[in-house]
Amino acid sequence: MKWRMLLKVALKSIARNKMRSLLTMLGIIIGVGAVITLVALGQGSQRDIEGQVASLGTNLMIIMPGSSHFGGVQGGTGSLGTLQLSDVTALRRNTTQLAAVSPEVRVQSQVVAGANNWNTSIIGGDPDYLAIRNYQVASGRSFSERELTARAKVALLGQTVAEQLFPGEDPVGARIRIRNAPFQVVGVLASKGQSAMGNDQDDVILAPSTTVLYRLGDGKTLRAIVASAASAEQMEAAKADASAVLREAHRLAAGSEDDFHLRDQTEINQMATRVTGTLTLLLSAIAGVSLLVGGIGIMNIMLVSVTERTREIGIRLAIGARPRDVLAQFLVEAATLSLCGGVIGIAGGIAGAALGGQLLGISLVIDPAIIIVAVLFTGAVGIFFGFYPARKAANLNPIDALRYE
Amino acid sequence: MTETLLIRDVTKVFDLGDIQVNALRGVTLSVDQGEFVAVMGSSGSGKSTLMNILGCLDLPSSGDYLLDGIPVASLGRNRLADLRNEKIGFVFQGFNLLPRTTALENVELPLLYDRSQRIRKPRENAVAALTRVGLGDRLHHHPNQLSGGQQQRVAIARALVNQPAIVLADEPTGNLDSRTTLGVLALFQQLNREGLTLVLVTHETEVARYASRLVELRDGRVRRDEAIAAPRDAAADLAALPVEEAS
Repeated sequence: MKWRMLLKVALKSIARNKMRSLLTMLGIIIGVGAVITLVALGQGSQRDIEGQVASLGTNLMIIMPGSSHFGGVQGGTGSLGTLQLSDVTALRRNTTQLAAVSPEVRVQSQVVAGANNWNTSIIGGDPDYLAIRNYQVASGRSFSERELTARAKVALLGQTVAEQLFPGEDPVGARIRIRNAPFQVVGVLASKGQSAMGNDQDDVILAPSTTVLYRLGDGKTLRAIVASAASAEQMEAAKADASAVLREAHRLAAGSEDDFHLRDQTEINQMATRVTGTLTLLLSAIAGVSLLVGGIGIMNIMLVSVTERTREIGIRLAIGARPRDVLAQFLVEAATLSLCGGVIGIAGGIAGAALGGQLLGISLVIDPAIIIVAVLFTGAVGIFFGFYPARKAANLNPIDALRYE
Repeated sequence: MTETLLIRDVTKVFDLGDIQVNALRGVTLSVDQGEFVAVMGSSGSGKSTLMNILGCLDLPSSGDYLLDGIPVASLGRNRLADLRNEKIGFVFQGFNLLPRTTALENVELPLLYDRSQRIRKPRENAVAALTRVGLGDRLHHHPNQLSGGQQQRVAIARALVNQPAIVLADEPTGNLDSRTTLGVLALFQQLNREGLTLVLVTHETEVARYASRLVELRDGRVRRDEAIAAPRDAAADLAALPVEEAS
């Protein structure tokens, strides 16, 4: 018998008992729907996390000063003021794996603009700093190398700061006072939103590193050096390279401890991956259980169907259907039933993901692969659980089947 | 004349555990092409068992069976199914049509299982078979929209559609009133005149009288096998019945 005919007979039989078919499919529908929804939400939130990680900077590497220890008292990270501008110069000159390097100086201070004031971080960096940290200029301009050299009192405002100091106004060209020094606002940064740690990345003022270091800071110690590797693959090599250069610059003897810390985003990425991995495992378990339950439902109803249609099977066998034809007919019916449930489940799952994403503020990611897997899996479930009833039908004795009341 | 069907010393034993039932105790029978044979016998005479064996639904415990020259007794399930599909047309007592399926689809069904692709254009052939039994205007009716006689005609059309070597009818008039019975028998006689080989199993002498040969079974043996000198003409008997509303 041709496939088209088998499918037609299967659809007819499913349509004959609509309510029963629907209830049978329900297990599959709920299982597939739940998995699609959760996977979509999981992938959506993973993408959101990745986006937040990326907002910290592309292939970002942060070098922090080491910790101090005096007489058994261990200082925290950065307590040792070991990083200086000369290190930045050394890194620029002697490393090959770093695309860009910038010092990072940070001062917390009250900032005044007219009648408004606001306490925020003033971060000093080189012109490369914006690219390394993934900051973008929304209006106005960034500062130049010349302004860096001249320790010019120019500043770029983050969105939060701009709103606090200049509500409803364009701050570009305006003046602000930081620790009584007048600064000119040359630009406003594009919003970056919260960091993965929940910090407001827009509550910040950027200025040339020299300006912040010599006019606002102590003129010596850097809070950190930030750098970007040329690519994610080169990150490890870049870290080794930077570490070697810094050890030499700091004249550290072989075998002694680093007096600085190198960090990158792999840790954050690893954490996100770990969470996603657990989630995936959990979802697979849910999917497995629900498809098992759905499959048993299909097997049950197929057994009922075989019993109900014993006479029909007898007729088909008597007029020349081979047992294999009957087997195929019931397998196709079970697979169709399961696939219909799968398709409805996928549709429901996407709708659920869209709704849940909206409610939870997670972006909607529908992976075509998961849909293909769902379709293949439900088809396989139908065939697997349909096999026993179908074999029962195929092995019927035509004489008994014809006489069955 | 050539033999369409030949069985020799066929026995059938059913093993019911404690007891063994000898349904057939050595039956020899040959049916030539174009014959119309009535197989008679009371309940328990073994006629159903014989019918199942002739119809390739069951295999004899011993003995030979040649159907259209093919030895059947040693075939497997799949070959038996193919033989049923190619060589045999069944007409059952209870019509055995697929419910909620049109007359045309019911008649078409055997051709969909035809692996030899002997008959092309199943649809046209099904229409032709239904027209042949006088139901050319009922192609798309479901069985529950048809009278008993019409349903049996659909079943006969289904038995004819694969151009079988032989049609086996098992109590085909058992569920029908006398008028409809005569109609079905008239159709059988007409098809037989057109060259169809027919074996009809019945327990009614009335029905058997329309065949051209009578085989009577008793206790698993052939007790009588003789030509009927003057078979009755069902069409004439039908015309002679008092006129009433057609069913």
